[in-house]
Amino acid sequence: MDKQAGASALSPLELGRWAWRRLTSMRTALILLFLLAMAAIPGSLIPQQAVSPSEVFAFREANPTLGEWYDRLGLFTVYTSVWFGAVYVLLMLSLVGCIIPRTRQYWRSFRAQPPPAPRNLARLPEHRTWSSAAAVDDLAADAERALRRSRFRVRRYADDSGRVVLAAERGRYREAGNLVFHLSVLVVLAGVAYGALFGFKGGAYLAEGQGFSNTLTQYDEFKPGALYDIDDLVPFSLTLEQFEATYEMGDEQRGAARSFDATLNYLTEPGAEPRSKALAVNQPLEIGGTSVFLVGNGYAPEVTVRDGNGDVAFSGPVPFLPQDSSNTSFGVVKVPDAQPTQIGFEGFFLPTFAITPERGPHSTFPDALRPALVLTGFTGDLGMDDGRPQSVYVLDKDGLTQLEEDGEPFRLLLEPGQTKQLPGGAGSVTFAGLNRAVQLQVSHTPGKTVALAGVLLGLAGMVTSLYIRPRRTWVRVAGAGPDGRTVVEAAGLDRVSGGDLASGLDDLVAAIGRPAKDQPEQEESS
Amino acid sequence: MTMTEWGSLSNLAFASATVVYVLALVAHVAEWAFARQVEPPVERRRELVGAGAAVPPSPDVTAPPAEPRFEVVGRIGLSLTGLAFVIHLVGVVARAAAAERVPWGNMFEFNTTGALAVTGAYLVAVRLFKLRWLGLLVTAFVAVVLAASMLVPALYVAPGPLVPALHSYWLVIHVAAAAVAGGAFAVGAFVSVLYLVRERAERGGALGGVVGRMPAAAFLDRVAFRVHAFAFPLWTFGVLVAGPIWAEHAWGRYWGWDPKEVWAFITWVVYAAYLHARATAGWQGRKAAYLALAAFLTFLFNYVGINLFASGLHSYGGVG
Ligand code: HEM
Repeated sequence: MDKQAGASALSPLELGRWAWRRLTSMRTALILLFLLAMAAIPGSLIPQQAVSPSEVFAFREANPTLGEWYDRLGLFTVYTSVWFGAVYVLLMLSLVGCIIPRTRQYWRSFRAQPPPAPRNLARLPEHRTWSSAAAVDDLAADAERALRRSRFRVRRYADDSGRVVLAAERGRYREAGNLVFHLSVLVVLAGVAYGALFGFKGGAYLAEGQGFSNTLTQYDEFKPGALYDIDDLVPFSLTLEQFEATYEMGDEQRGAARSFDATLNYLTEPGAEPRSKALAVNQPLEIGGTSVFLVGNGYAPEVTVRDGNGDVAFSGPVPFLPQDSSNTSFGVVKVPDAQPTQIGFEGFFLPTFAITPERGPHSTFPDALRPALVLTGFTGDLGMDDGRPQSVYVLDKDGLTQLEEDGEPFRLLLEPGQTKQLPGGAGSVTFAGLNRAVQLQVSHTPGKTVALAGVLLGLAGMVTSLYIRPRRTWVRVAGAGPDGRTVVEAAGLDRVSGGDLASGLDDLVAAIGRPAKDQPEQEESS
Repeated sequence: MTMTEWGSLSNLAFASATVVYVLALVAHVAEWAFARQVEPPVERRRELVGAGAAVPPSPDVTAPPAEPRFEVVGRIGLSLTGLAFVIHLVGVVARAAAAERVPWGNMFEFNTTGALAVTGAYLVAVRLFKLRWLGLLVTAFVAVVLAASMLVPALYVAPGPLVPALHSYWLVIHVAAAAVAGGAFAVGAFVSVLYLVRERAERGGALGGVVGRMPAAAFLDRVAFRVHAFAFPLWTFGVLVAGPIWAEHAWGRYWGWDPKEVWAFITWVVYAAYLHARATAGWQGRKAAYLALAAFLTFLFNYVGINLFASGLHSYGGVG
């Protein structure tokens, strides 16, 4: 083996030490902070699965190849991607590596006395010296009083040459604040992580008059944390009594939402006293640590379908999901009980109906000013019998044939109260009435008080650390010289930049009775 | 007064304030122009006095030195800015009366309130640190923001009620904290610009004209830090405490990586990097100042860019 290479190679332990020192240096912290900021950027420019799944879907449709690459690189899920995680895990490691030694050091220095005066005070950034006729003890007492008044801790001792020295220090709590701040970053993360692991988030779309009970099957969508136990679902139930929405009718900001108000009846558990709650956008309902939020709204038209035999095969509210700011809403009606074949419809609910050659039927205003249903129909096998779960918003057209009339796809246009016949004697559809519907979000986020406490703690630590400026000051009084005068020296050192050390020292020396400026004894500060 | 009358009063006040800001800007331009011409900085004048003993005393030397012209116009600029601030404030208050709520519901209102916060932060900075040299940058910035908000049709929004998500007192707290922090960040960025200019001159030893009259680089550096140290905790409170609490009430989650939230976080991280940089040898001074400017750019991008280009829950910009 090459001798030289052997000598310069580091043992694993040394290498580890070296890497750790590197990782926990301030410079690395700075670079990692930068990387974190950079790594967060793509998530704000590329649609995110967790934020807007429909945009991600549209993006994939429009750019299949690019979308595949984005998928591979985790660009649709930036904040849960490996590389984003790597940056913040490194930052956290660096943070821990930074906090531990500094806490130890701080603990030691906190209990230590203010350090003795350096031999040569004139070397310090600010230094004053003058002579006085006053007695050593009087001067020292004045200095000590002035320092204590400025909240310094003071130690008085006599040095080797018999001079009286006051060693003073203040601002110890700055470092405490700084440590608390950095520690609180970990507390916040712990709170967030706890909520993500032990919480859940679910969504349900509910028409007026419909009920919801807090069990898994009632959710349209349910996202539990990795460690959430389904048995912990609070057994509440609720009914949407009424929902009212108002929109701007004037020309300015026409169609902008003005108010959303839902009235709920709820039971905290089966058999409990029913209660009523006005649910609004900023007023969630809290039940045993679970919150119910009003996050959206739309419509659920009441539809009745008669089959080819003339029997009512379906009747009830059908949820339609809003697609744009005018509440053009998409929905599906499935009629598995129709005879002789099953029937399905898909299409739009338009609260304010309009039709143009370019856009086809669409809505021009979010409120139900001129409601209409536009549907196309299908017959055949809806595919609901093989036990696979199906979305209520998707029609699986594999086993279906589209209804046609005169060789064209058949299209139904219904206003409230109207009934129309399907072609070929397949039955009829009635738009029986209109209900509003709300999108509820139910969530349980256990760590949020921890996270909030962490942020507040961090804020307190940060303010402490930004506003307290540690400073050391020494005053040294030598006994009377041959001329019968006492020589006084004062000097100071700021541990952080940005303070006004000079004027602080001037105030101090004025309090000890240093003659005013421009007198011959004065010796300029260095 | 009716709501419409309050609305017209508000627009009139914004227009008048813009005019007064422009006048203040003109005064500050004159201040810089005159300061360039006035050659003798203090040390030189002393020399002249010393040497002048032999020559017949000229009126210039013996008479108490007249106040330099740049001082006079500079002070006029400052007074005009104070006046503009008051009119501007009337505009914001009247806007609130016209909409019957806090005037923070759309981008036009954020612009006008944010610009007011910038002027306010500047006036406080002038009081605390005698930094009138900021006047030129501040009046130019505020005048442009106000004028654009009123003249660019896409940016103007007439007074009206709020969308439901904004019905919360956390809105008031969140936006107030963010606006004041933003005003201070702007002033911090302007001080950093002055610092860079002055520091460069000090390194090159060319301390004539305007730059020679600015405070020393070390002082500007200290002021920049203090302004940021004021703004940063406020920003932290606004976007990492009040913002999440409100988001939790309105949208059922306290943090969701919405584009606006992402950039508020990025801004926060870059300002944290600035504070770290100041504590790291080798990153103090010039590099830290560049970081402060980079951080302010992320702040501006979050404010302007995200409202205009990205979609998300924070799409209350009312733009377009
Ligand atoms: C999550 C990552 C971090 C964040 C968000 C962060 C943020 C901050 C902030 C905002 C400050 C200024 C306020 C204050 O002084 O309390 C600061 C100061 C400081 N940070 Fe960090 N920091 C992080 C990581 C680190 C790491 C890993 C180290 C150690 C290598 C470190 C060392 C310091 C030191 C020494 C100061 C004091 C600066 C001074 O004396 O002025 N920080 N940090």
